[in-house]
Amino acid sequence: MKYNIDSRGYYGKFGGAYIPEMLYPNVEELRENYLTVMEDPSFQKEFNSLLKDYVGRPSPLYFASRLSAKYETQIYLKREDLNHTGAHKINNTIGQILMAERLGKKRIIAETGAGQHGVATATVCALKGLECVVYMGEIDIERQAPNVARMKMLGATVIPARSGSKTLKDATNEAIRDWINNPIDTHYIIGSVVGPHPYPDMVAKFQSVVSAEIKSQLLTQTGKDAPDYVVACVGGGSNAAGAYYHYLENTDVKLIAVEAAGYGVNSGESAATSVLGKEGIIHGSKTLLMQTDDGQITEPYSISAGLDYPGIGPMHAHLFDTGRAEFVAITDNDAMNAGLELCKLEGIIPAIESAHALAIFEKKCFGKDEVVVLSLSGRGDKDLATYISHFNLI
Amino acid sequence: MKNRIQKTLANNQKIVSIYFTAGFPNLNDTCTILEKLEKAGVDMVEIGLPFSDPLADGPTIQESSTQALKNGMTAVRLFEQLKDIRKTVSIPLVLMGYFNPILQFGVEAFCQQCKAVGIDGLIIPDLPVDVYENEYKHLFESYGLLNILLITPQTSDTRIRTIDSISKGFVYMVSSASVTGSQKGFGEAQTAYFQRIASMGLKNPLVVGFGISSPETFAQAIEHTNGAIIGSAFIKHLREFGVEKIDQFIEKIRGH
Ligand SMILES: Cc1ncc(COP(=O)(O)O)c(C=O)c1O
Repeated sequence: MKYNIDSRGYYGKFGGAYIPEMLYPNVEELRENYLTVMEDPSFQKEFNSLLKDYVGRPSPLYFASRLSAKYETQIYLKREDLNHTGAHKINNTIGQILMAERLGKKRIIAETGAGQHGVATATVCALKGLECVVYMGEIDIERQAPNVARMKMLGATVIPARSGSKTLKDATNEAIRDWINNPIDTHYIIGSVVGPHPYPDMVAKFQSVVSAEIKSQLLTQTGKDAPDYVVACVGGGSNAAGAYYHYLENTDVKLIAVEAAGYGVNSGESAATSVLGKEGIIHGSKTLLMQTDDGQITEPYSISAGLDYPGIGPMHAHLFDTGRAEFVAITDNDAMNAGLELCKLEGIIPAIESAHALAIFEKKCFGKDEVVVLSLSGRGDKDLATYISHFNLI
Repeated sequence: MKNRIQKTLANNQKIVSIYFTAGFPNLNDTCTILEKLEKAGVDMVEIGLPFSDPLADGPTIQESSTQALKNGMTAVRLFEQLKDIRKTVSIPLVLMGYFNPILQFGVEAFCQQCKAVGIDGLIIPDLPVDVYENEYKHLFESYGLLNILLITPQTSDTRIRTIDSISKGFVYMVSSASVTGSQKGFGEAQTAYFQRIASMGLKNPLVVGFGISSPETFAQAIEHTNGAIIGSAFIKHLREFGVEKIDQFIEKIRGH
């Protein structure tokens, strides 16, 4: 297990739980219980049946023939965009709401960037009748208005995060402060493979259903259960973690992580953490993060709210550090063009986050017979306003 | 040789300690504030090294940190400002900062600088106890720095005993389950908690922090413990009056 978590909660030198003492009991309760709860047959049964009947899993693995023809390679899209609520985020929130229930929690908090995780959390709270509070950066509230409305319809309270860059990082700070203030009855549903141990591992395990399905679907469709490449965008890294999970130790499968370059890696307006980041501590985890020489966390930028985060999960920091995954940075423009191209070639409107992953085909050549599985992490409905203004569509 | 923190707490039954963010309200107020606090009879000061993402802090300290960073405060600047502080200030000084800026500075270099300017202890809220023990304890100790650890109402008795056994200066009792500054007053739950910890017979003195904002909360906090730390309320004072009337603020909190 070179690339997965060790018994101390680290991926190589990354991970751990760098948390104030005020959070220790909450995080420790989770750490002590999460594996036992997840392995419990009754948990597995409920988790799997909700994934099937409520989320609509397995999500299709779709051979994108026109896209493949254009780029002269074999492209399979893992259709997480077809999940209930429109992204991979729901895999994690279903798992965590069942966890919260078993830990006896009555109140749920979450942070959200694009609003997909907020919607997925509000959804499972409605499903279970639990109180739900979602923190969202003020800027994200503006650029992801439909998702704010969705959360409210689902009964959640959306609280604007007004500090710092007013985006995902700050929403996460506010959620953590809420948890400090409400240590007993509240569970914090983190939305990616970030935060203190055991979150990165727990979220990766809930998302690992994605690569479990890819394996069996690929076997049926191609006769081989492993592709040559798995490509995914990385904000915090949960859709990537899910798509990589069962291939982590199989080094014949090359992993590509796509980060958001914003206006360009050297423009000063970017979220390409692997290029711009250094080792440090963010949100309770030792990982790579964008920061000043003085150790202040930098405000990132991306057109995509879900990738607008100055860190990456510790698993990805380790995959970068060891060279297990190749990291590629894609600009706003290239992502938007790739998104539009998928609409035209395949009739699929992707989330702008996923469009970053799609832009890999303009950046990198793949062999004619090579199989590339790409995590289409979400659908683009939430991004219509951004597409409209970027392409002057109306 | 005893550290200044230990001496102060040994001599003094009930200490008043003040927290302020370095670089707030103005970049170069640090030494003036420290000197005025000592003159006003404050027993110990925590100097906050501002951080962009202070997870354990409420709005008042967050805003002061943002302002301090805007003013240009950095660890390098702070050490420069403090280089002659021991010529004018003799009370114990504790540096409080989040771990990431210290990591970037270099933990050993940071300890070296602390010792050079006369810092007596460190409070690093997001440096977990086990990481401190395994990786940094020897460093801190070799520079004569006391690492101050926190407990909260949710901390188990076993963990409190562990923290007590590792601690050498005092145990920092967080008054309630909350970030800094959020209390209006202390209710029965808090006084019961103060009493419960006081009766555990720990080897370290207890100093209460978070939510002490008035003569009443101060009096409640020190009734069963060895002192109290006032942070957000003092920051608000600085915001309103700058470095003026610091003596009046301290007199008022003390309740005479
Ligand atoms: C559709 C979609 N893809 C990707 C992401 C990025 O998150 P992660 O890197 O955790 O998959 C988000 C986050 O909001 C998202 O909504």
